[in-house]
Amino acid sequence: MSFLDASGMTGGYGATDILHDCTLRVEKGQIAVIVGPNGAGKSTAMKAVFGMLRLRAGKVTLDGEDITALSPQERVRKGMGFVPQVNNVFPTMTVEENLEMGAFIREDDFTGTMEQVFELFPILCDKRRQNAGELSGGQRQQVAVGRALMTKPKLLMLDEPTAGVSPIVMDELFDRIIEIARTGISILMVEQNARQALEIADTGYVLVQGANRYTDTGAALMADPEVRRTFLGG
Amino acid sequence: MSTRQPDAAGGGKLRAPLLFAAMAALIVAEGMTSGWNGALVILNMGLISAIMALGLNMQWGYAGLFNSGVVGFTAIGGLAPVLISMQPTPGAFSAGGWGVLLALVVAALAIAAAVWLNRHLTGKAKGLSIVAVLVVGFFVYRWIFDPAVAAIQAINPASQGYLGGLGLPVMLSWPVGALLAALAAWGVAKTALGLRSDYLAIATLGIGEIIVAVLKNEEWLDRGVLNVTGIPRPWPVPYEVDLQANPAFVQWMTDWGISPVTGSTVLVKLLYTGIFGVVLAVLILGAQLALKSPWGRMMRAIRDNEVSAAAMGKDVTGRHLQIFILGAAVIGLGGAMMITLDGQMTPASYNPLRYTFLILVMVVVGGSGNNWGSVLGGVLIWYVWIKAEVWGPKIMHTITMSLADGPLRQHLYDSAPHMRVIIMGLILLIVLRFAPRGLLPEK
Amino acid sequence: MDLLNALVAILNYVVIPATAYGAQLALGALGVTLIYGILRFSNFAHGDTMAFGTAVTIIVTWGLQAAGVSLGPLPTALLALPFGIAITAALMLATDRVIYRYYRKVHAAPVILVMVSVGVMFLMNGITRLLIGVDEIRFDDGARFLITAREWRDWTGLAEPLTLRSTQAITVVVAAVVVWALFWFLAKTRTGKSMRAFSDNEDLALLSGINPNRVVAVTWIIAAALATTAGVLYGLDKSFKAFNYFQLLLPVFAAAIVGGLGNPLGAIAGGFIIAFSEVGVTYAWKKVAGYLGYNADGLLQLLSTEYKFAVSFVILIIVLLFKPTGLFRGKSF
Repeated sequence: MSFLDASGMTGGYGATDILHDCTLRVEKGQIAVIVGPNGAGKSTAMKAVFGMLRLRAGKVTLDGEDITALSPQERVRKGMGFVPQVNNVFPTMTVEENLEMGAFIREDDFTGTMEQVFELFPILCDKRRQNAGELSGGQRQQVAVGRALMTKPKLLMLDEPTAGVSPIVMDELFDRIIEIARTGISILMVEQNARQALEIADTGYVLVQGANRYTDTGAALMADPEVRRTFLGG
Repeated sequence: MSTRQPDAAGGGKLRAPLLFAAMAALIVAEGMTSGWNGALVILNMGLISAIMALGLNMQWGYAGLFNSGVVGFTAIGGLAPVLISMQPTPGAFSAGGWGVLLALVVAALAIAAAVWLNRHLTGKAKGLSIVAVLVVGFFVYRWIFDPAVAAIQAINPASQGYLGGLGLPVMLSWPVGALLAALAAWGVAKTALGLRSDYLAIATLGIGEIIVAVLKNEEWLDRGVLNVTGIPRPWPVPYEVDLQANPAFVQWMTDWGISPVTGSTVLVKLLYTGIFGVVLAVLILGAQLALKSPWGRMMRAIRDNEVSAAAMGKDVTGRHLQIFILGAAVIGLGGAMMITLDGQMTPASYNPLRYTFLILVMVVVGGSGNNWGSVLGGVLIWYVWIKAEVWGPKIMHTITMSLADGPLRQHLYDSAPHMRVIIMGLILLIVLRFAPRGLLPEK
Repeated sequence: MDLLNALVAILNYVVIPATAYGAQLALGALGVTLIYGILRFSNFAHGDTMAFGTAVTIIVTWGLQAAGVSLGPLPTALLALPFGIAITAALMLATDRVIYRYYRKVHAAPVILVMVSVGVMFLMNGITRLLIGVDEIRFDDGARFLITAREWRDWTGLAEPLTLRSTQAITVVVAAVVVWALFWFLAKTRTGKSMRAFSDNEDLALLSGINPNRVVAVTWIIAAALATTAGVLYGLDKSFKAFNYFQLLLPVFAAAIVGGLGNPLGAIAGGFIIAFSEVGVTYAWKKVAGYLGYNADGLLQLLSTEYKFAVSFVILIIVLLFKPTGLFRGKSF
């Protein structure tokens, strides 16, 4: 069984379903990327995995444990980290305080984890005393990812981490995400920049209207002429 | 308003008539048990409260605007009967009236100039010139104003010492009161609307206190805390003493088996009830027509979803300005009618708890957004407010039965009339929590 | 010499009273801004919370005085203050549990919460009246002056007197300690930081496992402490009258808005801006002008003291017109 196994997810916010029998799986230390057209339910699928959406059918297991009934906060304790797309930092708190808040549920000493985050994102160490709201878009995203890493998650979920940042910063962020995955953390992310994301993905999911359309390795999807034509702009 | 809950109001079409009948029964019961004079006193003030509630309902119920300065609009409306119907103080105008007017014109010009500069200049020059204009304007204003006021207040200070009025029929002052309140509302709404909803609440709290402070302290205008008494009655309300001196009336009362004293007081109150009833009927007719017109529909659309209404190109702030001014005008009208009923202007009696927040309770209890609800809430809550002062000591008496006589029991008993404030708080909180749409929910 | 006298007059009649008043307003505004930042509504009951806390403190003070307990030169009320705070905090927590919590659960619009706070205002107003009545009460005891006019004259030989009432000094010292403690709490403690995080970004705070009920409870306790302290200091400095406390709502809100709602540093600055403007505008400057060689006919008073609330209002309007987010941008707690 996969490390994260979210299978047959069906549900939505109101009466109508957005997700239809959607399945997402991530192996330990691997990167899974969800791509698809606008309105395909990518973010909704991610939120369903995180417990922010009530499912009518389907099941989510993490490391073999059924977590379908748990709230997002409880899932954080079980080892999930989530980075929302927007409003993902505490703007009037310093970088260091943002990371501290990320570790809020931890009872043990988290200075080691903070050092690791600073090693991963050296710029944050330089700006540790600065308010997160005063940082550039790319640096803010680093704070957001760093905050989520403070709970030492086993699965890190990123909702469009590169939205609104420059291509150079995007490449840098993807490099960091690969680095995180190498430490054994599984990654599930939603991306608009499908090409670049699939390049680093071990598994790619193409969603259309809340259902799985194509599922394969990142490289295989990139090579599939049908996927290229329809979703990657040729 | 926007916390919609499943309709808890039962009773369907009969609900409103039944509730109004119950209210009427309460007034009649009051008349049977403690006298018709007292019952009519409650009813008359209840009708005026209903008019004030109607005005506030336009702001809060139609538009969701939180006005915490009702007391100010009531008070400035109440100034109108003084200015319109009192006899002018002889010599006051020549002594200082023109000076005061000139000073006020200077002040208005200075403010207008500052506004103009604010629009047409930029940078450092703007700030400096605005401050300069306002400072110079202020000193010129005081230089003209102070001696003029001193001259007016020197005239027969024991009974006059103010400009007096125009000596016109008091009924004319009612629309004038509405106009004064509308002007004040325009001033405050122009600055505070379009910002966050809390800001209007706080700005109106301020304007309310300031209007009351002006009325308390500007003796040349309304004698301040010295009060203006003897405001004439509106046609056709006679004076009790005249009725009692009228043989035909005395004969008529004797035929009915009523003492002429009681008869005259009750008749006077009944006439007021009639006049207020007509005004209220006209207002509610207008309010209902407005609410059902395209204008009213747009207003409610804005209230229910400001963002989408703005996105559809509606001028939200402009509409809010209109409704806020209109509501304040109705409150001002109520204020003028109240001073006419009282026959005197006592600025020190304008208390925000009584004139702002109690009216708010009336609107919420009656049903925010429902004009009939405001009328019901106005009369009902006024009735409870008056009766609670009587009930308080009785309840306290029962509660403290088991206590031994002593300072604690005496203290509790003495402070029992304050129970009505707590009762009002409880009513407001319970309605907000369990029946947020009030007794007569908006359709 | 005359220049010195002028300075002393300004110090005596403007700077000292305005500093004490500003400190009281700042504490009040901090409470308002804290509730706004965390619970996201303007609490109209805050003035009456100040009145309630002060009333309880006065009653405890009477009890202590009757028992013969005193603080020597300091007012007994300072000893009673912790009791007043505790009882007020208990009432606030009860109010939250019974009244406000429901509206958080249904995500009511802020203006509904303002309306609810009006209901709470009625309740607290009534309870305060039941407890202590509506009359004016003085409850300061202990030493009245740190510096008397006579001592000052003996020391300096200046014609112009200067007095420093002990309540003024106590106000400033207590307010400074309270503000320092509050900022230390918000900046350094885990709970304080979680409150700032909650104020900054509620969703992310929930995601991080911050318990909203705990944050809200701590907020009410701190607001009760600030309101009671502000109310007791104001009452010691001037006098206690329930209605005056209701009227403090306007300058307190004006201070909070001038400083930017939700910004504690701004609330403190706003408190002093309002206090200095109020005192400065309503002070009769004739004497000072006289020392400076200008003998005026009038009092040189810009506004009579009855209009002191107009000063808060005008400052409020100016800020709303030109800088509606407040002079100090952004929330910073």
